[in-house]
Formats: sequence, C-alpha cells, structure tokens
Amino acid sequence: MTGSRVSIRIFTVVALALAVGLATAVSPFASASPDGLEGVAEDKGFLEDGGLAPIQEDSPIPDYAFPGIEDERLATGLAGFVGTLGVFAIGYALALVLRRVRGARESRGDSAGAA
Amino acid sequence: MPMALHIPDGFLSGGVTGVAAVVAFAAVAYGLRRADRDLDEARVPLLGVLAAFIFAAQMLNFPIPGGTSGHFLGATLAAVLLGPWLACLVMAVVLTAQAFAFADGGITALGANVLNMGVLGALLAGLAVGAGLRVLPHTRVAYLGLVGVVAWLAVMIGAAATSIELAVSGTVPLGVTLPAMLGVHVLIGIGEAAITVGAVSAVLASRPDLIALGSFEPPRPTGAPAAAASA
Repeated sequence: MTGSRVSIRIFTVVALALAVGLATAVSPFASASPDGLEGVAEDKGFLEDGGLAPIQEDSPIPDYAFPGIEDERLATGLAGFVGTLGVFAIGYALALVLRRVRGARESRGDSAGAA
Repeated sequence: MPMALHIPDGFLSGGVTGVAAVVAFAAVAYGLRRADRDLDEARVPLLGVLAAFIFAAQMLNFPIPGGTSGHFLGATLAAVLLGPWLACLVMAVVLTAQAFAFADGGITALGANVLNMGVLGALLAGLAVGAGLRVLPHTRVAYLGLVGVVAWLAVMIGAAATSIELAVSGTVPLGVTLPAMLGVHVLIGIGEAAITVGAVSAVLASRPDLIALGSFEPPRPTGAPAAAASA
C-alpha cells in the first residue's frame, strides 16, 4: 500500500455516494424516450408481445416510480435512492457471505482454489 | 408510462429462455465458485458498490438521435474491476433486483437478460482485455482505449445476441431486427465506452490495485524464474 492511495473505506463511501446521488438527483431528468430494444420493438411492431409476469404485478416499486407519490420526479428519485442502497446491501451481503464461506474452507485447510 | 426494457416476458420462446437461463446460471454459479480466488478483502465492499453504481447508471437514460434513448450496461466495467466471473455475479444481482423489485425485464427472460447484458460482455472483456494487453504498449492511454473499445463491442454483442434470440423465438426475423438493433446500439455503445473509461480512469487514479484485468501493479513473484536463475 502506498500512501497516495485512498483507503477502501473512503473509496467505497465516495463511490456509493456518487451512485446514490446519480440515482436520486439525476435519474428524474433522464431521457424518457424508449430505449434501444424498446424503440426497435415499437418500430418493428412486436412491442405488444411483451408483458409482465404475474409476480411482477406486485413489484414493490414498479417502473422505478415509488408508489403513493404524485410527483413523478420525486417518485423516480426516491425509487433510485432506495434501489441503489438496496442493491448495494444485497451485493455487499453476498460478498461477505462468500468471503465467510471461503474463510471457513481455508481454516479447514482444504482451500482447493488457492493454488 | 413507457415500459422500461430489458427483454420483457413474451418476447422469447420457452426454448430460448430455457437455454439462455441454463447458460447464464452456469456462468453465475461458476462466479460463486471463483469467489474463492477472485474475491479478496478489498473487493467485498467493491462488489456492493459496483452493483449499486451499475443499478444507478442504468437508470440514467441518455437521448440518442432518432427518438430513442440508451443506458449504461456495465459488464465491461464490472469485469475490469472484479474479473469476468464475479462480473457475471454482479450483473445477475442487478438484473434480478430490477426484475423482481422494479418490474424491469421479464422473469422468464431474466436468464436471457443476464446472458446478453452480463455474461457475454464480461467474458468478452476477460478475453479481449487480456489479449489486447499482449500486443499494446503498456501505457495508461492504450489501456483506457482498449477498455473503451471492449465496452463498445460488449454492447454490440449483447444487441446481436438479443436479435438472434428474438429471431430463433420466431418473434421477428433476424434481417429485420439485427440491422435496427446494431444501428441503435452503435451509439449506445459509445455512451457505454465513455462511462466505462471515465469510471476506470477514476479507479486508476485512486486505487489502481482494484483493477483486476491487466495489472498496473509490479508483477508478483510467482516462483520467479529470475530468482531461480540467480540461485
């Protein structure tokens, strides 16, 4: 470790703050035009083929709009805030579990992958 | 409200979603196994941060000419920082959360979305960055250029794969979708390349040791022939 490097803690906090900030404050102003595949599907007339799976009718935050909020931009920003922190939590938790599994395996002395 | 796309349910046939799901699941399962090797202490928070950043950036649709928009995908960025296999894992986390919590992308199409937007790009990056470094000069500019080209290519390959899946499903002929998908994604890929290069340069400036593809660290002594020669 050289002194010029930022610590992983600072790196994590800054990068996460950037992600949360973008999802919360910038996403309400993102382009509402259909995206690549959606545009092509519209153009070529197969957009109607698509639909939601039954389980998705009960999605907590359908279409990135936080439910119960009138203002569309606020609803999108809030969805971005909650979603980004939620996805961070899932990814971090998954990585912690994977590290713990590896730790347990190594302490048993059968770490096959290490070589 | 426009349906935000990833492939929704209904675009692909059962056979195509099944095959795509098996391939995607295999790559993700191997990613879980590779965590033994690839997931060091510093990459534990990095995995969470990358998932968060990719989720956030995928919400930021940028307009492209022709009345459509595009958004960042992130497989190349994830592969550069975590290696290709953990990148498959991160992309699966993001796309699964989007499908179940945000109704973005189908449930039966989830495997196809993970394959097109995650696995193909991540594995391409794993192969192409390694191969490129063998022929390119070992400079920051060459590295970032290579990463940008690979990010663009990953988007094009994802678009092509989607077109092929749609054609095999009998939804729309390849001759109709492929040119349209590639045409739109030529521009979306440029956005992908710009964001990927920007993010990778920020990591190079702050924590170059977090770059997994292409070492910017002094080479580790791995039973070094040099040491053997001097003995």
